[in-house]
Amino acid sequence: MFDFVANRKYWFTLSTLMVVLAVGALAYNGIVNGRVMNFGIDFTGGTLLNLRFSQPVSEIEVREVLTKHGLGQSMIQRSGTRDMYIRSEELPRDLRLKIIGDLEEQFGSVELLEADTIGPVIGKELSTQAIWALLLASLGIILYVSFRFEFKYAVAALLALYHDALITTGVIALLWRNIETPFVAAVLTIMGYSINDSIVIFDRIRENRKKLGGKKKNFMEVVNISINETLARSINTVLTTILVVLCVLFFGGETLKDFALVLLIGFSVGAYSSIFLASPIVAAWEGKGARKK
Amino acid sequence: MRKNTNQLRILIILGIVAFSVYVIIKLPITLGLDLQGGTRLVLEGQPTEKVPLSDDAMAGAVAVIRNRIDALGVTEPIIQRKGRDQIVVELPGVKDPERAISIIGDTANLEFVEAEWAPADESRLTPEKIKEFYGAGSYLDKVVAMRNGVVVRETPIILKSVALTGGLLKGAWPGVDEYGNPVVDLEFNAEGAGVFADVTSRSVGRPIAILLDKRIISAPNVREPIPSGKAQISGDFTIEEVQDLVIKLKAGALPIPVKPIETRIVGPTLGRDSIEKSRFAGLIGFALIVAFMVLYYRLPGFLADVALGIYVCIVLGILSLIHATLTLPGIAGLLLSIGMAVDANIIIFERLKEELRQNKTIRLSIITSFERALWAILDSNVTTIIAAATLFFVGTGSIRGFAVTLSVGIVASMFSAIVITRMLLDMMVDGKVLTDNKSKLVYR
Repeated sequence: MFDFVANRKYWFTLSTLMVVLAVGALAYNGIVNGRVMNFGIDFTGGTLLNLRFSQPVSEIEVREVLTKHGLGQSMIQRSGTRDMYIRSEELPRDLRLKIIGDLEEQFGSVELLEADTIGPVIGKELSTQAIWALLLASLGIILYVSFRFEFKYAVAALLALYHDALITTGVIALLWRNIETPFVAAVLTIMGYSINDSIVIFDRIRENRKKLGGKKKNFMEVVNISINETLARSINTVLTTILVVLCVLFFGGETLKDFALVLLIGFSVGAYSSIFLASPIVAAWEGKGARKK
Repeated sequence: MRKNTNQLRILIILGIVAFSVYVIIKLPITLGLDLQGGTRLVLEGQPTEKVPLSDDAMAGAVAVIRNRIDALGVTEPIIQRKGRDQIVVELPGVKDPERAISIIGDTANLEFVEAEWAPADESRLTPEKIKEFYGAGSYLDKVVAMRNGVVVRETPIILKSVALTGGLLKGAWPGVDEYGNPVVDLEFNAEGAGVFADVTSRSVGRPIAILLDKRIISAPNVREPIPSGKAQISGDFTIEEVQDLVIKLKAGALPIPVKPIETRIVGPTLGRDSIEKSRFAGLIGFALIVAFMVLYYRLPGFLADVALGIYVCIVLGILSLIHATLTLPGIAGLLLSIGMAVDANIIIFERLKEELRQNKTIRLSIITSFERALWAILDSNVTTIIAAATLFFVGTGSIRGFAVTLSVGIVASMFSAIVITRMLLDMMVDGKVLTDNKSKLVYR
């Protein structure tokens, strides 16, 4: 039986290190790129065009056309051979039509797959919504887990969740991936799902405490036994979900790929934190209390 | 006796599947804008000096916009207010989104303004002098004559006072002038016709400027008084522009100007692409999970796979029943829930292994493992639902779609694991397929 609880110092150190690195990644972006993450138009406002050309074109050729309209600084990203994403400042309708007209003149017919124009007001709303969602979800989880288990368990689970969310955010920030609304949904999904494994272990701790309490096992041992007993489930449940996430990442459309990447990182970190973080935190906390008595 | 129970179980399961499939076929799930293509607009009311932001003005704007959209012939549009000063408009499957946007968002404030051609040395007129000579509220503007989109002449004009607005119109029609150019024919109501007669008799020999949203469209000279209440707007119009203008004039002007603060246009191709790719990803994911469950858990795993298939039917059935709109994030939620759906089965089967190791009979092991796993499954799923519910209440648009499919998926997955897998396992025991607690059919 592997001792998850006794070795907790290592996991706690590792997690602290990863969280520090994640925050460091955000800070690094803030200093070097001026923005902590590569926020897309949903947050900052602006225009996103997704165009399909009738022939393969390069980013450079498209940028040349945009430069003529003073939009040389736009983000241009190719997807496949013929699809192009252009992210720019907010384009008025006339200019958007003119640019597409110019592109058609040069490269033949261009199909408009998607054109989103978002004003700065909406972006501000989204940021507020994201913060509210995070707070409300945290509150809901704390209340429910406290009600079903104990407050200590709720805090431990939530710490693990914030750890997951922060590290995921850090990795995405480091990869400089475009952040749009689905990112918020993905982070909340990670929080809602990653806690599942913690709860399955908590449930087992509760059960074992009753069963093994009589056998004079101390709480640390009970926690460790519970983690070991539920290890196969913890791994398999995440595994099946990650299988699907991987399929979406490899075969899904462009929009869902970004979403799947966030989930992949989050679920993986979440699987680690449920086993190595949440329950050992409970053990450490409870253990301390016991010693004081 | 046992045989009958098994027949009953099969009947129940087939009934659930049949009902789900029936619902799915009868009530096809509506696709969101991001999947079927379409346009989403968020308009923000822009208060002016004359029109402050008010509930009435915004409600009026919604009514006018609805009329304009109806004239466009969009099927199942969504027009609703959001917050204090916003209007959300969703137009599924619009062929020409650019045109729709301009028809919806233009204020279409039509004004007939008494005017006078500016004197030749108009550049020396200061705004103060204009007000002195022509009356308070007068100002200098110019009539821009266009031909095929090219400016051919600019004539300075002094606009004096608004005589009539589009509010007094009885109707508007597309027409042609004597040269065959597209024009808009107007007719004023009784009150408007009276005013128009007065104004035209006052203005003989002088121009009347016709303004749309403060821009001069034309400024014809009045040759004789017009008592009929009929007028014509000519300009450098295309036939389509005339049609659009008629739509806007008929629906009336927006009581308050609006500005689009969010415009999302999705072409039909993108949605089709997304659906195809998602379907493929979903099938592969499904196949991988099915294989994993059989290889790892053997017979119970296979039963969980059958339950997973039923689960997919149930989820689609529920989404049809509640008239959910399927969006791209919604599909993501659906795919994700396939991966999560077997979680409850895994929790139960792992428990089953433990029970069997304690040498309990297979029947007792199944009963205890389901009993013991129930709370763990419930507790862990409730937290995911808490997160999904938060997304639903705080989020908007397509994110809500994600929250809905995820929640429906979680509830259905609990049902399929706790009820259907259980039924299937009991069937195996009662049907004497699983008899021995050391059976090779169960991974231990």
